[in-house]
Amino acid sequence: MRFRFPLLIGAILALLAACVSAPTPASQPAIALPKEPQTLNVLTHDSFAVSEELIKKFEADNQVKINFIKGGDTGSALNRLILESISGSVKADVFYGVDNTFLSRALSQNLFEPYKAPALAEIPGEFQLDATNQVVPVDYGDVCINYDKQYFSEKTLPLPKSLSQLQDPAYQNLLVVENPETSSPGLAFMLTTIAAFGENGWLDWWGAMKENGVVIVTDWETAYYTNFSGSSGRGPQPMVVSYASSPAAELIYSDPKLDESPTASIVADDTCWRQIEFAGILKGTPNRELAEKFIDFLLSKDFQEDMPLQMFVFPVLNGAAVPEDFTKAPQIPAKPASLDPALIAENRDKWVQEWTLLMLK
Amino acid sequence: MGPGMDTLNAQIGASPAKTHKRAGWRTFLLWVLPVAFLLYFFYQPLAAIFKLVFSPGFKAGWQLFTPAAVARIFFFTFYQAALSTLLTLLVGLPAAYVFAKFDFPGRKGLNLLSLIPFILPTVVVASAFNTLMGPRGWINLGIMALFKLSDPPLKLLNSLPAVLLAHVFYNSSIVIRMVGSALGRLNPRLTEAARNLGASNRQAIKEITFPLLKPTVIGAALLVFLFDFTSFGVIMMLGGPRYATIEVEIYTQTMQRLNLPVAGLLTLIQLVFTLLLTFLYNRIKHPKYGKAAVSSEAQNLKKPRGFREKALIWVVAVVIVLLIAMPLLSLVSRSVFTLDAARGERGAVSTGFSLRYYQELFINRTGSLFYIPPIEAIRNSVSYSLATVLISTVIGVITSYALANPSMLSRHLEPFIMLPLGASAITLGLGYLIVFNRPPWNNPSFSLLIPIAHSLVALPLVIRVLLPAIRGIPSNLRQAASVLGANRVQVFLQVDLPILLRALLASIVFAFTISLGEFGAASFLASPLKPTIPVAIFRFISQPGALNYGQALAMSTILMLTCAAGTVLIGRIRLPGEELY
Repeated sequence: MRFRFPLLIGAILALLAACVSAPTPASQPAIALPKEPQTLNVLTHDSFAVSEELIKKFEADNQVKINFIKGGDTGSALNRLILESISGSVKADVFYGVDNTFLSRALSQNLFEPYKAPALAEIPGEFQLDATNQVVPVDYGDVCINYDKQYFSEKTLPLPKSLSQLQDPAYQNLLVVENPETSSPGLAFMLTTIAAFGENGWLDWWGAMKENGVVIVTDWETAYYTNFSGSSGRGPQPMVVSYASSPAAELIYSDPKLDESPTASIVADDTCWRQIEFAGILKGTPNRELAEKFIDFLLSKDFQEDMPLQMFVFPVLNGAAVPEDFTKAPQIPAKPASLDPALIAENRDKWVQEWTLLMLK
Repeated sequence: MGPGMDTLNAQIGASPAKTHKRAGWRTFLLWVLPVAFLLYFFYQPLAAIFKLVFSPGFKAGWQLFTPAAVARIFFFTFYQAALSTLLTLLVGLPAAYVFAKFDFPGRKGLNLLSLIPFILPTVVVASAFNTLMGPRGWINLGIMALFKLSDPPLKLLNSLPAVLLAHVFYNSSIVIRMVGSALGRLNPRLTEAARNLGASNRQAIKEITFPLLKPTVIGAALLVFLFDFTSFGVIMMLGGPRYATIEVEIYTQTMQRLNLPVAGLLTLIQLVFTLLLTFLYNRIKHPKYGKAAVSSEAQNLKKPRGFREKALIWVVAVVIVLLIAMPLLSLVSRSVFTLDAARGERGAVSTGFSLRYYQELFINRTGSLFYIPPIEAIRNSVSYSLATVLISTVIGVITSYALANPSMLSRHLEPFIMLPLGASAITLGLGYLIVFNRPPWNNPSFSLLIPIAHSLVALPLVIRVLLPAIRGIPSNLRQAASVLGANRVQVFLQVDLPILLRALLASIVFAFTISLGEFGAASFLASPLKPTIPVAIFRFISQPGALNYGQALAMSTILMLTCAAGTVLIGRIRLPGEELY
């Protein structure tokens, strides 16, 4: 029975070899060949998604292999990039996913090479927040309060028409929000209140909301699936800070299939925050030409029309169609709140700190 | 009894001066690999990140951070970890005793069950706890129905009790497995002899079992404490936004505020505290087992007799079922039952058993580039886990032998081997990005860094499990084998290995499960096209929609099944010489 131990080791090694080395033979000849396709590294956030078909086509058209690297949520991915840039170890050629709340921080770090993409002519000016063209807008989405339709119809409770109305005792304990320190929709909603009530008034609103039993959780997943009554978690709060596109996702991913979304968004003026996402070519890339092509690809009609169902965001390109399934449920706010990116960059930490002191201590 | 045995053992097992001298360079040789591994994969990235953090590239962000705030965070971190460890021991020790001593129906199943929490990503545990104890969980619904209440009476989520409960849920298997493996090695005849000599059961436990088990129990407690001390996901998701441990604060400061000097300071505090704790731990004396203390029977399980033993088993079984099985079952049930009948606008939705979520896993509905079929996610996870088992077992066995040789070198090196447990995963992860951002480390098809990072976490556990077992091997057995003509390899295979078997299997199971359930490093280092199961789960649960939620639960169930299957297979491994026992 002395053979069993070597046998076991052999078996583990064989298994490992099967798992580990299987891809190696495929990749090794590729390295040896002189005419291998180039690789374009794209650093992005975890929510990035795209159709396989589109990427395969881009790869074939341009003789390139795209290697996606996902760096956590919006803030984490950008901070990872900044850290790599300071230590001189940036590997990516293109970064996709800096949003307007982080835009100033990104631009001040000198991470990007300017590129005036031709397609910018087809993108409305309201999205073009960077006059230096270091980054180009690619998509937008709105952070809005979602509500559980059934709850409001059963209780015959009217919907709040503004953030101020949420202080009404009728809405006591009915709203769940995310911590702005750890959640990007949470941060967006905090900024909404600053835009709506001004730097002098926003903390008063939050103070009143604390009295009225606003529930605070760490992240979107908890807020949406544990606390929100309109989602599968069937929690206790019928209102949650989420995205204007979430009701569309509830419909598309409903089970069993529903005709109408069980949730909807409150899109009254100054209650939503418009998140615009940007992409840019990273400084010092050896693949500038390919990087430009990839930026053009992001702004192409094909990609812009692919985004809604992949990432539940809206295209910025004029004339890009949005799938019918997608337009059934989400509403687009007519007047989302907004703040100057420079003002956000300057005060973000201070605001979050003030919010934390008031709401969590 | 204890001191007497030590003397006896010293007489039989004392090494002659000759072997002691040779142990010097042998020990030194043994240290080469583990030290090189840690220097390269742990201390190098850590040094790189510290160099960066304290470089002028970052302006200090101390305006928003006071010493009082640091002290408050440290105190809370320590407080919740101490409380969690105590509760974990309270649940784990009796369970370890019951599993190691008694044969009863359902023993194997319960034992396997106790391991599963270890692999579950926090985001899944949070939903499991929610389906059980949340505002609309079974418990609250039950109480509301029973007492005709309109509001959920128990507010368990987002509180300290939820954190403590989750820590016990996660870590009791460390105590069960480590102490259980040590108990299984103890010769029951020792206690029987004591009983025959007139000792009461309590006396026998106090005078014999506990002294022999003490190092293992304290070792397990130390590990549990360190896991709780560096807790991140549980605090974030179940504690809610009001609680922050040092690790949570490191995350916020690093990833959200880019305030690296503060994050660096917090990382240092965590490391220094871990080092202090391991130094203290090293001062504890390890009793040396005599030959008589080592069990010579593979199975020394007995049927429970009398009311007390039966009651103990019942209590342990009920606690494990309530604590572990209930949340898991509610999770599994939600993956196969559509319970959301009342939600749809039309109302007429059928409730019942359905495999829809599982079927959906096989469909790439949106044609996404990042879609992963479940089989491939399992393959990715299992191959990383097997690599982790291999790396951590090889290095763990060598390190444990090096540590078992009592030398100055070993005494001084041990705390540094344990240090990865106290390292901030976020800081280390960033260090990896900077240092290993080049071939061959960033190979997208198989990131070797993932099993290496997992091995860093698994190593201290592997060592803590193996070390007491190796120290417990009576040296007279080895000497006898040598006298009979066995060479060193034969001695290892014929004497050491059979005695180490239980401990080795326990450590392999640990390494396997740690790797299987790990989320942070896997999401950080793996190519998005090759996600592990936990990463795939997170992808589903971070999108709205019943189908996404259901698929996350289905994937979690698959993760549990993979873990159970892997553990059962590992349990079937046969090592040479085992049949001697």
